[in-house]
Amino acid sequence: MTRIGTHLLSIDDLDRASIERILDRAESFDEVSGREIKKVPALRGRTIVNLFYESSTRTSSSFELAAKRLSADVVSIRSQGSSVDKGESLKDTVQTLSAYDPAAIVIRSPHAGAAGLVARWTPAAVINAGDGKHEHPTQALLDVFTLRRRLGALDGTNIWIVGDVLHSRVARSDILAFTRMGANVTVCGPPTLIPREIEALGCEAATTLERLGEADVVYVLRMQQERMRDSFVPSLREYAARYQITPGRLLPGQLLMHPGPVNRGVELSGEAIDSPQALIGAQVRAGVAVRMAVLYELLVGTPSLAAVA
Amino acid sequence: MAAERLFHHSGTPAELLIREAHVLDPRTGLDEPHDVLIRAGHIAELGSPGSLQGVGGDPNIEILEAAGKHLFPGFVDPHVHLRTPGQEYKENIETGTAAAAAGGFCAVIAMPNTDPVVDDAPILRSLIDTARQQARVPVGFLASITRGLGGDELTEMAELRDTGALGFTDDGKPVVSAGVLRKALQYQRLCGGVIALHEEDPELSRDGAMHEGAVSARLGIAGIPSLAESTMIARDGALAAYEGARVHFQHLSCVESVDALAHAKQKGARVSAEVCPHHLTLTDEEVRTLDSRFKMNPPLRAESDRRALVQALKSGVIDCVATDHAPHAAHEKEVPFEQAPMGTTGLETAFAALFTELVLTGELDLEVVVERMTEGAALYGLPIPRIAPAQPANLCLVDLEASFEVGAGGYASRSANCCFHGRMLQGTVLMTVAAGTVAYAAQTLAETTAVSSA
Repeated sequence: MTRIGTHLLSIDDLDRASIERILDRAESFDEVSGREIKKVPALRGRTIVNLFYESSTRTSSSFELAAKRLSADVVSIRSQGSSVDKGESLKDTVQTLSAYDPAAIVIRSPHAGAAGLVARWTPAAVINAGDGKHEHPTQALLDVFTLRRRLGALDGTNIWIVGDVLHSRVARSDILAFTRMGANVTVCGPPTLIPREIEALGCEAATTLERLGEADVVYVLRMQQERMRDSFVPSLREYAARYQITPGRLLPGQLLMHPGPVNRGVELSGEAIDSPQALIGAQVRAGVAVRMAVLYELLVGTPSLAAVA
Repeated sequence: MAAERLFHHSGTPAELLIREAHVLDPRTGLDEPHDVLIRAGHIAELGSPGSLQGVGGDPNIEILEAAGKHLFPGFVDPHVHLRTPGQEYKENIETGTAAAAAGGFCAVIAMPNTDPVVDDAPILRSLIDTARQQARVPVGFLASITRGLGGDELTEMAELRDTGALGFTDDGKPVVSAGVLRKALQYQRLCGGVIALHEEDPELSRDGAMHEGAVSARLGIAGIPSLAESTMIARDGALAAYEGARVHFQHLSCVESVDALAHAKQKGARVSAEVCPHHLTLTDEEVRTLDSRFKMNPPLRAESDRRALVQALKSGVIDCVATDHAPHAAHEKEVPFEQAPMGTTGLETAFAALFTELVLTGELDLEVVVERMTEGAALYGLPIPRIAPAQPANLCLVDLEASFEVGAGGYASRSANCCFHGRMLQGTVLMTVAAGTVAYAAQTLAETTAVSSA
């Protein structure tokens, strides 16, 4: 039985069957996460390095938990206080860490393509935990996992991704993953925050919420404060007036998602976050199981689900 | 009395008989096999194939049997970065001119964005001294338009001209202030010298690292819109026309710039322009790999831009080819794309890239490529190399049948950041004669030209 690949750098590395395979695997690991002893011996004796060049709470903690629940030895390195802080190049850092013979390196970087470079410099499997504004494939996988659980399948589903698409790696990976799973994707936001020619990714683009009623799923992106400074939008107030998702703007039955962390009262109203339509908590919970599945499929990849449980 | 403008280390004058090579010189109209005799570094005689066999049995004359090979006038590159002074770990005058010679170039023009910037006469003088010791092919130097490339104070342009500067540029950076540029254009009336412009509106290019389009949307990398370049060409074309100044636009990359250039020419502005082999042969699709070899400024653009550039070069709207040879050390380029410095080397691949990607595909005629690869000389007021009697020998011998893998045998340049790295290119330079001296001879020269003595 083959593995899904050597690395997970981009959603483009996965066809629909591979995505489904990872999600099926995640279902079985999700069951593990429900037990009192949340641990399986699948990666016992293997080392996994988490290399985070950017602050992260949920991605880094869920990768760490995922590795630990698979019984791997985990080393987590953050740029602050490490040799990276002392000016060591990415290449030197990766080659140094590779000397410990890790089975996988999980990397988060503020720069597009960093994970791809790491993959050239190490024999370990490399997992992209976010590279610049390029991609965040495990986020997209957990989003698909969450939706698939709720809807059964994504085929024919209309998904609107609302907000700062220009600066969002989540949006890029989600567009690719959702469309690969058969959904129709529309991105929506102020024209200053929608990249020119984004349609080339296979989505539609809108600048108002007028047609939001067409959506089965409303996926809201984080609106970052620094975008105001660069005049992408005149004010948070005006942004919120046009694009904030509130219960009043949602139809009954529309599902609401967000990759976190939420700016309460900016892209989402507090009531929307806490509404039963919101899947935000389910997304976070899915993070550990999906990342366990990714690690497992990259490093072990045997066909039998029973063998791990 | 005109100041000397090209500098090199004079070597032994060539004594050569090149037999039966196909001589192609668009300016003399020669396009057929000929014997070419070079004595004391000058072209002594041209004759029909086989007519110059004996040459009096002079044992000092090396004979190359070059049937089936092509002999072109030596190429002239009006845009290279030799990184000297200050960044000799990327390139120096010796390695940069060795790379030029290996690419068939018999002269290059070096940019002043070094460390320190070439913005005063003593720095230029020391560079000229270095070139006289190290340069394998003649080098011309541009000085900066503004001190330290700061964009606000003019350099002592007249003194720099007297010292030997061919012209002026702030290449690497635009002259953002129209007012400052206008004063430079006015001052040109006093000192002469072409003013060459890197056109980029930093308000539009911002922190962009690649062409703005479908690929940048996919990669999430900030884009540099074509308009960042073309709006500045429109502005400065108008300024050049108004001041009657002589302006050269560097490294055009997009269709909008071609239009702005054509408009300026139509209005009678004394403007010229260059285009790089990478913009003529590659597009932003290459950047999908996120390989920093494909990061340069201006960036690789869309296929429609590439085609417009080829057409403009063909029609003469764009006057010449320039490599913008921009060496960077391996450790500088082995970083994520957005962090990598801009630039690709190009001297060693320019002809082969154009021959393989444009001539063999039928997009351009060979003689157009040869003409545009030599035209850069004229734009800076230098004589264009010609294969004609009594001319100094500036020529290159090329095997159009021979292919090579770029970088497989290393590079003459000190740096390896070539955007064509790993590609198979056809059209191998076998020998370059620059200013009468053999500046480059390929390792394969002997075996392919059956060198014998008279």
